[in-house]
Amino acid sequence: MNKKFPVMEGKHITVRFGDGCDYCRSQTDLKKGRCPICHTIWAVRDVNFQLYPGEILGIVGESGSGKSTLLRTLYFDQPATSGEAFLSLYEDGKTNFLEVSSQQKRYLRNHLMGMVYQNPMLGLRMKLSSGANVAEKLIAAGNRNADSMIERCKELLQHVEIPTERLKEQPRVFSGGMQQRVQISKAIANNPPILLLDEVTTGLDLSVQAKVLDLIRSIQKELGIAMMVVSHDLAVIRMMSDRTMVMLGGRVVEEGLTDQILEDPLHAYTQTLVSSLL
Amino acid sequence: MLQICNLSKNFIMHIRSDAEIYGFDNINFSVEPGKLVAITGPSGCGKSSLLKCIYRTYMPTGGHVYCTCADGSTIDLATAEPWEIIHLRETEIGYVSQFFSVIPRVSAIDILTNTQTGRGVEAQIAREHAAEYLEKVGIAPNLWDMYPSTFSGGEKQRLNIANALITKPRLLLLDEPTASLDAHSKEWVMDMILSLKQEGTAMVGVFHDEIAIQTLADWRYEMRERKMVPKDYKMEYASEALAEFL
Repeated sequence: MNKKFPVMEGKHITVRFGDGCDYCRSQTDLKKGRCPICHTIWAVRDVNFQLYPGEILGIVGESGSGKSTLLRTLYFDQPATSGEAFLSLYEDGKTNFLEVSSQQKRYLRNHLMGMVYQNPMLGLRMKLSSGANVAEKLIAAGNRNADSMIERCKELLQHVEIPTERLKEQPRVFSGGMQQRVQISKAIANNPPILLLDEVTTGLDLSVQAKVLDLIRSIQKELGIAMMVVSHDLAVIRMMSDRTMVMLGGRVVEEGLTDQILEDPLHAYTQTLVSSLL
Repeated sequence: MLQICNLSKNFIMHIRSDAEIYGFDNINFSVEPGKLVAITGPSGCGKSSLLKCIYRTYMPTGGHVYCTCADGSTIDLATAEPWEIIHLRETEIGYVSQFFSVIPRVSAIDILTNTQTGRGVEAQIAREHAAEYLEKVGIAPNLWDMYPSTFSGGEKQRLNIANALITKPRLLLLDEPTASLDAHSKEWVMDMILSLKQEGTAMVGVFHDEIAIQTLADWRYEMRERKMVPKDYKMEYASEALAEFL
């Protein structure tokens, strides 16, 4: 079987809030990732992962386990303390993209990655129209033709089932589910090969949650985008992801096929998590 | 095609004071293309766990599951990378589970269509083929566009079987495939399994149904006391035990 090459790969990624001390540097399993002596928080510690083309990689773990921080680090919202990350489509996967210039980071955010946040306030500008929100991403990628951008915005909003006549309305007047859909259309505006999704259905009611998940699944199938999906909800992970990583205290404690993680969890924390399923 | 060597599985329950549950131990057998190995044994003896270890839903504790791929290479499913397993599941290995977990909000015909389009079949042809299979397993046409969550247990199982057989995998794992079927559906499923065997699919199946075993199986093993023994061995074992007792 031919070797499959990841579209994105992270090596020893660490995000630390605080300077650390000899004690916490030597300990690998700090409770909740917090040093009891110097109070440094190890939000993400020595995380390695591979994201393969067209797959959905689920990330589960309790609050504060570092799931969102990992995603925010990859999307440059949070600087990494150490570690490396590579994109196969960026300089042949040879350059650590966590340490490139701001200009290059903007390029990567606008061309190769999209992000959907749990809180739409982080991903959208509430005082701009929804069309302008999507157009912002198109402009950032170098588009300058107003007519073609309007067409593309309409196409994208239609894709996420938002009526085109609401193009000029601000997202703040939309429901939570609609705001998430605008965020998704903005994230996929430039056809990125990678989409990062941070708890996108948390806080939405069940029927809206189902619509958003179905939309993500259809987009993934249609466009073949590789996705990293962070969720608390194991049902979401079961439905969406091919592989799953389980995080605890900033570390990946178990990873594997999603069905294996859910049916034959090997780590004590994963067993607790799975046994908590209602 | 498939060679199982010293395969074992134990479950360590960390959340129950590291209690150990024994699955099975030191299992050895092989399956050739076009042959079906039937596994029998009492409930809870580890038959389904064995299939799940081959499919890698369970992580084996020890041993090897060597599988010969279509390109002639051999892969150990017990230690293969998850992406390799995903690839093999998409292209070569089929699994009929005991209980069908439906994909929410996807209609029956779309489930079968998507399974084929995922393997490169053109959408229109895949849909026609899906309709043909749904008809064969006896699912009424008015249900084709319905969500399987609304189906009865038997209908779900027929859909499950159709979904596994439609892609004609090279290796098929069957976990009590005919258990919840009526006589007519059972007959169709057995015909399909026989025709897949003729086409060269290697199969491992867990069965309780004696007629299905007699019709389909080329080799039969019984799981007992965490081990697997050829069925004929049972008499020998019984007489040995009797002799020992006397």
